[in-house]
Amino acid sequence: MSLVGARVLRKEDPNLITGNGQYVDDLQPAGCTSMVFVRSTEAHAKIRSIDTAEALALPGVLAVWTSANIAQLANCPGGLPGLDQPLLAKDIVRFVGEGVAVVVATDRYIAADAAELIIVDYEPLPAVASLSAAMAPGAVVLHEVLGGNTVHFQDFENPLNEAFAAAPRTASLHIVNNRCAPSPIEPNVCLADWGRSGLTLWAAFQAPHHLRNTIAQYFGIPQDSTRVVAPDVGGGFGAKINFVPEFFLTALLSKEIGKPVKYTQTRSECLVAMLHGRAQEHDASVAFDNDGRILALKLTVTQDQGAYPNGTGMGLPVLTTAMAAGCYRIPAVAISWRNVVTNTTPVAAYRGAGRPEASFTIERLIDLIADETGVDPVEVRRRNFIPVDAFPYATHSPLAMYDSGNFAGALDELLKHVNYDELKKEQEKRRQDPAAKLLGIGFASWLEIAGFGPPGSLEAFGHLASWESAQVRIQPDGSAIIFTGASPHGQGTVTTYAQIAADELGIDFDRISVKHGDTAVVPQGIGTMGSRAVAVGGEGVKTASGRVYENAKRIAAHLLEASAEDIIIEDEKFFVKGTPARSVPWSEVAWKSFQPLELPGGMEPGALDSTVFQQVPNFSFPSGAYCCVVEIDRETGGVNIVNMYLVDDCGTVINPLLVEGQVHGGVAQGIAQALYEHMLYDPSGVPRTSTFMDYLVPAASDLPGYITGRINTPNPSNTLGAKGVGESGSVGAPPAVVNAVVDALSHLGVKHIDMPVTPIKVWNILEGAK
Amino acid sequence: MTIRTSITVNGKDTSREVEARTLLVHYLREELGLTGTHVGCDTSNCGACTVLLDGEAVKSCTVFAAQIHDCNITTIEGAAQADGSFSPVQEGFRQEHGLQCGYCTPGMIMASTALLTENPNPTEEEIRHALEGNLCRCTGYEMIVNAVRWAAENPNFTSGGAK
Ligand code: FES
Ligand code: FES
Repeated sequence: MSLVGARVLRKEDPNLITGNGQYVDDLQPAGCTSMVFVRSTEAHAKIRSIDTAEALALPGVLAVWTSANIAQLANCPGGLPGLDQPLLAKDIVRFVGEGVAVVVATDRYIAADAAELIIVDYEPLPAVASLSAAMAPGAVVLHEVLGGNTVHFQDFENPLNEAFAAAPRTASLHIVNNRCAPSPIEPNVCLADWGRSGLTLWAAFQAPHHLRNTIAQYFGIPQDSTRVVAPDVGGGFGAKINFVPEFFLTALLSKEIGKPVKYTQTRSECLVAMLHGRAQEHDASVAFDNDGRILALKLTVTQDQGAYPNGTGMGLPVLTTAMAAGCYRIPAVAISWRNVVTNTTPVAAYRGAGRPEASFTIERLIDLIADETGVDPVEVRRRNFIPVDAFPYATHSPLAMYDSGNFAGALDELLKHVNYDELKKEQEKRRQDPAAKLLGIGFASWLEIAGFGPPGSLEAFGHLASWESAQVRIQPDGSAIIFTGASPHGQGTVTTYAQIAADELGIDFDRISVKHGDTAVVPQGIGTMGSRAVAVGGEGVKTASGRVYENAKRIAAHLLEASAEDIIIEDEKFFVKGTPARSVPWSEVAWKSFQPLELPGGMEPGALDSTVFQQVPNFSFPSGAYCCVVEIDRETGGVNIVNMYLVDDCGTVINPLLVEGQVHGGVAQGIAQALYEHMLYDPSGVPRTSTFMDYLVPAASDLPGYITGRINTPNPSNTLGAKGVGESGSVGAPPAVVNAVVDALSHLGVKHIDMPVTPIKVWNILEGAK
Repeated sequence: MTIRTSITVNGKDTSREVEARTLLVHYLREELGLTGTHVGCDTSNCGACTVLLDGEAVKSCTVFAAQIHDCNITTIEGAAQADGSFSPVQEGFRQEHGLQCGYCTPGMIMASTALLTENPNPTEEEIRHALEGNLCRCTGYEMIVNAVRWAAENPNFTSGGAK
């Protein structure tokens, strides 16, 4: 029986449900010390002086460092040359939360006490906490080398003035895509031990090899004695791929004081120090005819980079603009983008990274076209979809060569679940009844770019390469170990890879283990991000398993005195097709694979061990159709999601249970962005949502149940046919939710509401209409 | 200032000199090495630190170790049945994929266990309400709700001691 496609329970769970998981903060090596930060309370200020004397005098304190202690060191890797963040602020701070000093003490309570005793004297400077403030004439400049606050501007190649002038109709929107804090429940944690035999860094990270390569290079130490371990990691969502000063400081301090140094971020620090996501503003215009057919699209993305731009943050508007046209055939598309610095936390990847922003805008525009033309939103989508026979489909962007999909098929499947006509009638009825809650129905036909794997795709973000490593090794007893460079943090990769390998090798699922997250165990790897673990890493497991299986067949054939082409496997036994009575078990093949005297001519011991660096020719393009039904309380403005229908096309499903979990989790974060979450700053750059009391990560009572469905157009870029599903929900959900709210209020002339759609925004609209 | 505190944890007596300000969660994690109880916030919002105090769910980041002298604490390490079988709630989380990264899971399991003691057959709404103080960033909660329902439907689950 094939395991690929089966609802298999996770190998990961027995440890995690019994408290036997091992997260970085759970490690407590002998002599372990604790590092605590003093972080800037000012958004923009000169540091006049830092008084550390009292802190240093506190018993138990082992070190207190400011930038003066590391003056000769380079700034934190990952930034843009000249605009990068120092490990500790030098003489100026540029955002609230920037590290100013660190204390190491024998325990975390003493370290925290000492941090309180450090006095930083600031001379405040004017701050710019929003894009408009940063771009205003005369605005204070964050980085003098720039001369302004715009880091980069990419203008339109052709602004499509004629297409717009000639079009029967045009419409425009200004859209704010709200800044979010990724907020994995485990914040950033790291533990460094730099002794005589080298540096070991345990880190809550999504790409340990990436960190190893970088940290060795940064310190100028050889990689053979640099080890990075990402043990169990409590969620990442893109926020744990960034290089932050914490990693480098714990390492340096461990070397300095000769003891392991651990840093455990508090939630309040996490909300301002872990890099944020989204934070874009869009100016979008669309030209269309009276039937709702799109003629041209124009999009300018302005990306808030926060105080220190980094490679990932700079890549976000590139991805957004590449996916600007969504799943629609649009004859002319013009894109432009701008990166701007502000006195806020730096911005980088957050689940979807650039693609949720794209799908939100195009899906809002589709509904705007429907509103303007009177054509039903579902019909506007159908009239503009790229048809199934158009793949491969070249878009306006060289990055995005769509290779598969069935956008109309997904919408058809969705509408089997949604009783659309009934809902529309019900909506009309409720509008007439002032006592009834308003009803809104919102659709999103979304598409994203994922499966980061084609050569060059991750190099552009500073990674070594874009392949993923997979080693499949048969043990002498016929059990198998898979070593992967993917670094899961909740995805269930141990289970999915064992499923893939079990099918390819004919070895029982229970006799396959998967090792990951330790550069001493898995020598090379790239990591888990951009929905690539199955589409690239899983394909690697399949390739390597296939190679091992071919050699195993040759050994079995040799033992059975048969020809390898005739050998098949069933129940872990190899035999010649048609004669199962004479067979050789996997365990014997495995054992003999290590014995030169038992091997066929030309084969060397160790033949049942294969390593591949899996490459793929293209990105993948997961897509889907979502529908959200909301009710709005006319008295409070509160939005309640009544139903959330989700049809995904992630290509081949390895494990439906895990795919479902990824969809739910992504949709939950998408709903959270649409209704609840917003990392807010006041005009002076002070964050107003820096604890879980103010930053509203939704609880079970804030979210609906989900109704899921699926279609499958296989990914042509790998033999599994899988596209990836980790980011899907966060791409598809926000436009579905906001389209539903706007639909509910459309009779009042509402065209758009920015996220998060809070009760007060809706209430103001309802009041204004009275 | 240090204080001697004696707490029964997962059926075993423990006794330590602790600073008055030592949080229960740090007592469990750092004094006793019971690292299954996690910390996810500093404002008592996330519930990752939930344990049972004399059978009731509490957030162990809001309790001082010295404050619960002579009390009974059950942590995730003590959640399984006497014969080593997973508890129905633990098994429910596994069966229904109620966890991804696992970081919120010990707290979720302890909070769900307390709920089922009080209300053995909760509705979906009651489950969502009871778990309001426990945040999960991975699952979107539906499968956690299903996990608790599974446990409610299989109160006599045992795996015969197999782990
Ligand atoms: S750590 Fe106790 S509630 Fe968050
Ligand atoms: S499983 Fe990751 S936070 Fe709940």
